[in-house]
Amino acid sequence: MTNSATIKAHREPLFHVVKRDDMPAWKAWLIRAVTIVIAFFLVGFLSMAVTGESFSATYEIMFSGVFGRLFEGRFTMLWKYLQEIAILLALALALTPAFKMKFWNCGAEGQALMGGLASIICMIELGNKLPYPVLMAVIALTSILAGAVWGIIPAIFKAIFNTNETLFTLMMNYIATQIIAYYVYLKGGGSNVINPVSEGNFPALGGNDYFINILIVTVMTVVMYIYLKYSKQGYEISVVGESQNTARYIGINVKKVIIRTMLISGALCGVTGMLLVAGKDHSININSVGGQGFTAILISWLGQFNPFIMVIMTAIVIFLRIGVAKVADTALLNSSFSEIIVGIVILMLVGCEFFIHYSIKFRHNKKEGKA
Amino acid sequence: MIIQFICRAILLGVPLLYGSTGEIVTEKSGHLNLGIPGIMYVGAISGVVGSFLYENSCGNDIANMNPALAVLIPLLCAIVGATLMGLIYSFLTVTLHANQNVTGLALTTLGIGLGNFLGASLINITKSELPSIALTKTSSFFSAKLPFADDLGWFGELFLSHDFLTYLAIIIAIIASFVLNRTRVGLNLRSVGENPATADAAGINVTKYRYVATCIGSAIAGLGGLQYVMAYASGVWSNNAFGDRGWMAIALVIFALWKPSVAIMGSFLFGALCNANNYIQGLGTETQELFKMLPYVVTIVVLIITSMRKKREHQPPASLGLSYFREER
Repeated sequence: MTNSATIKAHREPLFHVVKRDDMPAWKAWLIRAVTIVIAFFLVGFLSMAVTGESFSATYEIMFSGVFGRLFEGRFTMLWKYLQEIAILLALALALTPAFKMKFWNCGAEGQALMGGLASIICMIELGNKLPYPVLMAVIALTSILAGAVWGIIPAIFKAIFNTNETLFTLMMNYIATQIIAYYVYLKGGGSNVINPVSEGNFPALGGNDYFINILIVTVMTVVMYIYLKYSKQGYEISVVGESQNTARYIGINVKKVIIRTMLISGALCGVTGMLLVAGKDHSININSVGGQGFTAILISWLGQFNPFIMVIMTAIVIFLRIGVAKVADTALLNSSFSEIIVGIVILMLVGCEFFIHYSIKFRHNKKEGKA
Repeated sequence: MIIQFICRAILLGVPLLYGSTGEIVTEKSGHLNLGIPGIMYVGAISGVVGSFLYENSCGNDIANMNPALAVLIPLLCAIVGATLMGLIYSFLTVTLHANQNVTGLALTTLGIGLGNFLGASLINITKSELPSIALTKTSSFFSAKLPFADDLGWFGELFLSHDFLTYLAIIIAIIASFVLNRTRVGLNLRSVGENPATADAAGINVTKYRYVATCIGSAIAGLGGLQYVMAYASGVWSNNAFGDRGWMAIALVIFALWKPSVAIMGSFLFGALCNANNYIQGLGTETQELFKMLPYVVTIVVLIITSMRKKREHQPPASLGLSYFREER
């Protein structure tokens, strides 16, 4: 090492970063809220720069794009908005127990597709043969089973051989995609579309097609909150997530917890697939989930594994996705602009965690520093 | 027929080779960069934008275009675009200690959005009828072959008929392999990925190594996107055409057991697997779709076998996916 480098090493740097774990929860949420506000301003300015509209006009278009003519008593857009929230939130909820266990389930996409596949097979093959309630029960059971199987395969290998689950679940997505592609070609008669199936759809409760989806996801949110916070299994999940050695020491069967949690995670993804197919699209294609499995990972993480905060995060992301796409459409631009915006906002939220978990200490005594 | 099949496999495999070489370099520093698909998109679209501007500045006339500039401008644009993405990733994960998986996935969303948005904007500008943008003139410079390749029969076709980015990919992979395994820099980099605390104690600048490795890795991966547009797609960009090649590149990293030299043959094998369905007689469209899952199945099998055998040299870097904070040792 040269002489100057030695001197450099001795000088105290201008600032250094210290870990802190004493920040009260309200302060942490204040930082996140401020980041969201800044992000929304940035979204407005970026949209202005691209479209040439004014700031207020941009947000007007966004609101009308998301909520429609809400004040004139038309709720169609609002229902659609809630429906989109329901699907993404369901995926995020499904992933949360696995994440809390530090099991990176990147396979929500595939697990949901397999659940959806089970639904559509039942709808097509059994649609006319079973009475409606039985058919719905069979759809629910097979979808849950299909998602669970897709989730449990990586979990078993993780538990026994410690196989890397991030990469395993990622690969499982594409196998599921190809199976869907196969089935769609098989049933679509050579084209890559399956026409909407009219059997085995969710009933339109209260005159609204999406009501059941939203109801199911609302129940899922509450149950997941209770499961994670107050059940014994939820406690085991958080212990395994914190430290596998601690878990083993206090007598938790880690392998069992990993497999059981992924069973739940996969099963809930399967449920989401059913909501997508039987409740929303009544058909399936390789883009049915459309990358939402990955967005759900971000939602689950941004929501700090708390289902109720995840509701807020999902609402924000979907608002940006629909609203900014509308802004881009109005300006005759490609709606992928909304993906850019969602990406930027999420990166900002990811970055702001730094200020929650760490603090920057500046060099306080300048004379000492120069010595 | 067989020669044609192999050439096609190589052409399909090269973007994966770039992507996985880049990802290997990144992962050796302990970064599991799931942003690679987005970064490859950005590399591709930056190159497209660069060559679009250059073609326009030359009045869309191939006679005015300087071959060296026509190649260098897209190449530089791709590298700069991809490196910037790598820089965002490293800033968030190294400096701000953000979660790597989350950052990577958000970066992929951002990158694919950027690619599709800029692509669509260019299509708008050209007022083209088709939903694509054709840069065939630039592409012709990229896919220029050696003049005597055609005279050498099957040998020429197999080894000498490729575009220069293909050879560059192989050269980069070999250099990466050499640097990682045979030089001090490579040893330091691997130690940063295995155990950053130890590396730090030994006087290695963990932050610097992680930043540089991630940025270089991203730049390499970005070239994969460029090769796809310029050589495979003959200069035609259409939105989402790049597909899931980025994820396949990550699969290839596992398949190659984190060795760039293995990735070379692995990428050609993946290219062959992707393409096998077109060469097997009598397959229906639906069965072809089933065949396309082969690369992923093979990757999972490799992943399982390596985790079962637990050979030390076949494992992922030990601190892969973990951020390093000095005071937390």
